[in-house]
Amino acid sequence: MKMKAMNKTTKTNFITYLLVIVIYIVVQTLVMSGSMSSLMQGLLVPLCAYVILAVSLNLTVGILGELSLGHAGFMCVGAFSSAFFSKCMVDVIPSAGLRFFFALLIGAVTAGVFGILIGIPVLRLKGDYLAIVTLAFGEIIKNIVNIMFIGKDANGFHFSTKDAVSLGMEPDGVIIVNGPQGITGTPKDSTFTIGVILILITLFIVLNLIHSRSGRAIMAIRDNRIAAESVGINVTKYKMMAFSVSAALAGVAGVIYAHNLATLTAQPKNFGYNMSIMILVFVVLGGIGNIRGSIIAAIVLTLLPELLRGLSDYRMLIYAIVLIVMMLYNWSPKAIQWRKKYLYFLKFKVEEEV
Amino acid sequence: MKQWKKVMSAAMVTAMTVGMLAGCGGNDKNEGSSGSSGNSESGEAVFKIGSIGPVTGGAAIYGEAVKNGAELAVKEINEAGGINGVQIELNFQDDENDPEKAVNAYNTLKDWGMQALLGTVTSAPCVAVGSEAMNDNMFLLTPSGTAVECVQGENAFRVCFSDPMQGVESAKYISDNKLASKVAVIYDSSDVYSTGIYNSFAAEAKNTGIEIVAAEAFTAESKTDFSVQLQKAKDAGAELVFLPFYYSEAALVLQQAAGMNYAPIFFGCDGMDGILGVEGFKAENAQDLMFLSPFTPTSDDETIVKFVTDFEAAYSGTPNQFAADAYDGIYAIKAAMEKAEVTPDMSASDICEAMKTAMTEITIDGVTAKGLTWEASGEPSKEPMVVKIADGDYAVVE
Repeated sequence: MKMKAMNKTTKTNFITYLLVIVIYIVVQTLVMSGSMSSLMQGLLVPLCAYVILAVSLNLTVGILGELSLGHAGFMCVGAFSSAFFSKCMVDVIPSAGLRFFFALLIGAVTAGVFGILIGIPVLRLKGDYLAIVTLAFGEIIKNIVNIMFIGKDANGFHFSTKDAVSLGMEPDGVIIVNGPQGITGTPKDSTFTIGVILILITLFIVLNLIHSRSGRAIMAIRDNRIAAESVGINVTKYKMMAFSVSAALAGVAGVIYAHNLATLTAQPKNFGYNMSIMILVFVVLGGIGNIRGSIIAAIVLTLLPELLRGLSDYRMLIYAIVLIVMMLYNWSPKAIQWRKKYLYFLKFKVEEEV
Repeated sequence: MKQWKKVMSAAMVTAMTVGMLAGCGGNDKNEGSSGSSGNSESGEAVFKIGSIGPVTGGAAIYGEAVKNGAELAVKEINEAGGINGVQIELNFQDDENDPEKAVNAYNTLKDWGMQALLGTVTSAPCVAVGSEAMNDNMFLLTPSGTAVECVQGENAFRVCFSDPMQGVESAKYISDNKLASKVAVIYDSSDVYSTGIYNSFAAEAKNTGIEIVAAEAFTAESKTDFSVQLQKAKDAGAELVFLPFYYSEAALVLQQAAGMNYAPIFFGCDGMDGILGVEGFKAENAQDLMFLSPFTPTSDDETIVKFVTDFEAAYSGTPNQFAADAYDGIYAIKAAMEKAEVTPDMSASDICEAMKTAMTEITIDGVTAKGLTWEASGEPSKEPMVVKIADGDYAVVE
């Protein structure tokens, strides 16, 4: 009776949460018993950041149906605003937990505000414009961060877009944001446990949004904008809702990322176009609109290059080949046919499980 | 369609589990070897030295050079009997010039049982790895991480000059030798190395009475056309143009300056080393180019000649300063280990404790400097040489 009350979506959501919790418990046990390598332990926090990124982008790409190529830009905003806060407050707020909590709020809110700012003009457009503008946004953010110099001394904050010398600081001043050298010495506040809690919160927000009235409105817009408009759905409002939530969550991922490394620089590699594409790859490989798939794809694709380290020089080549093969296996019609024919037993098994 | 997503997620879970198990399996094996701290596969005790640098991506040439230089030094030391009779094993890991990947590489090396680290090659990753190494109390010697923060821990040392030092030394040299009073600077604002030098140069210029008449930036995305920056320098009446960046871009600057008949004194930093090797670059364009350098491959010095010949024989190419820094780095680790009398069965932290003090007591006659010593702050004390290009060849200016 009880099982019947639990409908299909609740059940699927429940499995997603359970997946995360089970992975967490397994990993925690491995860490406790000391049988996990340092490499794996070092990867745990970045993994959390990537999972959150993948889930949040899936909200834009899968549910809202808009292509965003600037997700790394929102991550960058969250990372730098929160790292700036933590660096300033490291003496004022000694408790790491409290400081990180505020840093999270600041990162998420700043990224969310940027999401709204970008969304206001762009979400009114049709077609691929969002992709183009978000792509430009990501690059602009990266370049702006690279020319920012902010220092702090007895007289307060100094700001320059030229170089550290023109800040004109007192001798006791410290440079917080040093242009292309970014922010160094961010306190290392992210932990795996916090990361997993944030993944669960992210999932809670995203899954509940999807299955709420607003979520159905958002998906209606994705499937047929004109039809949705004709039944009185406020297209801009719902698009904005999904997009800004997605941006804010990317900001959260940025906060985790920034508080894991001692140095934070905005390079094409971590906050540029490459990163945005990387996140999109997580989403596409995991299945557009499939939240659980995004989580798994993010984990697999982050671990893969590290697990291939044994192959030294060939690892980036193999990684690329594996990526192509996985995409083909996942999406090619022929591959789907082949799987239907030969792997039907797997299908049955999965059906029973789900 | 929906079913297939499910199948795929099941397959992915399997892949992930296998991946995790593989990771853990690999770890078990590593634990076996790191448990007994530094045993090679044959069971003999060895020192395990790790090294990290980019060997893929845009900065790959620097990582390659360090890798080759370090390998050469390790080979020589092992042939000569190792460190106090103990052989060295070198493990080089790729970091793609990315701080995050560098930390992963560092952790990989830790799993392997690393006892001392030569790295990382580039600055930003070095800061990230440096903070990890400080927590673990792992001995770190960076061959070429020039940013100030690279050696902030007590466990960290470097072979190369720091960015501020190069800027300060350049400004001092220019004012002491009265090369010019009006100076223009062209720098790469997207590069840590270049901006680091520029900032300290600008600060020191104020003290020494050099007037910076133009400070023009370029970025990694726009590093092919320098005519605007050169024109500004020319219009401002600069007698000397300071170029704190790498030789590949500097070659273009010099070529374009020659094209517009602008011939001030050009002055560079250690990144300028190797400019004569740029393909299609006319040596006469670099006539009278001056730069600070720790290393010149054409020197007559016996150690350098030997290093250059051996390097060329092994890797078909003239070594640059990165290779030289790495080569000296390995020898410095050897000297410090011998001084500290560490043994391969000690833990990395104990080795680091012993080497920290030993590092300040050793003197190295290497290829990048004679009588090279270190301060407890991690900075090397060595005098930069000024090299001038004359008739298509490097010559040391006294």
